[in-house]
Amino acid sequence: MKNKIIAIKCRQIARGKASGEVLISKEPISFLGGIDPKTGEVVEKEHELFGKNVSNKIFIFPNGKGSTVGSYVMLQLAKNGNAPAAIININAEPIIAVGAIISKIPMVDMPENDVFKLLKNGQNIEVDGDNGEINIF
Amino acid sequence: MLTNNEQKMLDGEMGEATQQSMEILFALGKIYNAKKMIPITSAQVSGVSYKTIGDAGIEYLEDLATKKAKVTVPTFLNPAGMDIEQWKKMNVPADFAKKQMQILDAYSKMGIMQSCTCTPYLIGIRPKKGEHIAWAESSAVAFANSVLGARTNREGGPSALASAICGITPCYGLHEDSSRVSSLVINIKCELKTIADFGALGYAIGTIAKNKYPAFKGIKTATEEQLKVLGASMAATGSVPLFFVENITPEWNVVEDAEEIQFDATELKTSKTKLDTKEKPQLVTIGCPHASLEEIRQVAELVTKKKPTCEFWVCTARKTKQEADKFGYTKIIENAGGNVVADTCMVVCPLERMGYDITGTNSGKAAKYLPDLCKQRVAFGDLNDILYR
Repeated sequence: MKNKIIAIKCRQIARGKASGEVLISKEPISFLGGIDPKTGEVVEKEHELFGKNVSNKIFIFPNGKGSTVGSYVMLQLAKNGNAPAAIININAEPIIAVGAIISKIPMVDMPENDVFKLLKNGQNIEVDGDNGEINIF
Repeated sequence: MLTNNEQKMLDGEMGEATQQSMEILFALGKIYNAKKMIPITSAQVSGVSYKTIGDAGIEYLEDLATKKAKVTVPTFLNPAGMDIEQWKKMNVPADFAKKQMQILDAYSKMGIMQSCTCTPYLIGIRPKKGEHIAWAESSAVAFANSVLGARTNREGGPSALASAICGITPCYGLHEDSSRVSSLVINIKCELKTIADFGALGYAIGTIAKNKYPAFKGIKTATEEQLKVLGASMAATGSVPLFFVENITPEWNVVEDAEEIQFDATELKTSKTKLDTKEKPQLVTIGCPHASLEEIRQVAELVTKKKPTCEFWVCTARKTKQEADKFGYTKIIENAGGNVVADTCMVVCPLERMGYDITGTNSGKAAKYLPDLCKQRVAFGDLNDILYR
């Protein structure tokens, strides 16, 4: 059994628990047009994560942007098995929150610590969307 | 924050679809710091055209329908991607039509009326002043808030549908009187006569309104049709969900230190000219938002006097078209080379796949969306101009 080293308090947005590798974007992202709904690859050319894949990652980004159809793209990703394992936002907005809920992706926002400083790409963490926590082992 | 009944919905006691819908409303309530949920009297759902929601949207709606989602308040749809009766005649591709029908079927299973219009208020759905609703279509949100004095935030497709299923919406933003205040006054220093004038004004003010609710002074008279296009154009260029017109709209709340700007004849001309490529359109599209019976009558009158030199559509709600049929306006328009198109509009139908490149409009909203969403070059102006170039 893993030892919980740190728990970061957050606000609960979408239920469920998941663990995986961290993928950080310091920029907002649009799921519609920004991410391939089949593969989970970031396809927006100007985006800092261009060419990276969000599939089964703990995807950390400030907030969503762009069209509200982005919520549906998240569901498509989930049906194709390539949605993020969990989502951490700084400030959730409706596109991502709704997308996470309908796609059953655990999601939290407003972490009490600066996750951009504290967490690194590839690090293994758990998002607890039931209790609103990030657990670092 | 939740009542016992709402908590039961959230806990899944009323089924999976209700639970998922309540989770959406609960999350939105948290995001916007709502203190409670409030009952709504109607919902209007966007995300109907296959062109806007695509395969992802179909998956979502069919998923909800499979979970036996049912609406609990009167719920209306935004325009679809085609006229359900005339799509073949209008050259809508068959693959598109098939997907469109799948979407309408899914909504139908949930108990939603297939009204397919952006103007529910023109087919008898007129919430009263102070009534809480959850509407999604941006132009209908502007009209309901501003002209009717009803209370709605600018909902997205999924949140409006969640509200339709649960019969409630989180109480924040424009549901609260304290939010319904303007800090931007526009002094109108010119005469506004036509739909295109109001469209051009709305286009210009929407681009500068930022997050403020515009309050217009100096508009002496305005018809519902003119207010409809004013609100639609501001919603398109500036996401404006509420505006006031002094002595005309039921509300007028302006802060004391509001920013004041002028709008004169020169600016009106500049706005109209800027939207117009000055080309002769292949197709003129009227009815963005959907035309009222009175607008259809005026078009019939205009084209009786002088036959247009191009093809033209008057887009409207199915119910309004049926009235236009009875009055004989549809026949007059058809005889003049036009078509009264129901259930859809120039923006959400696949115009770019139907053989058109240059489209005329007198709507600031259509002028905003036609280039990006339909790959059209836009001829903008009054009907007695664009129909006869």
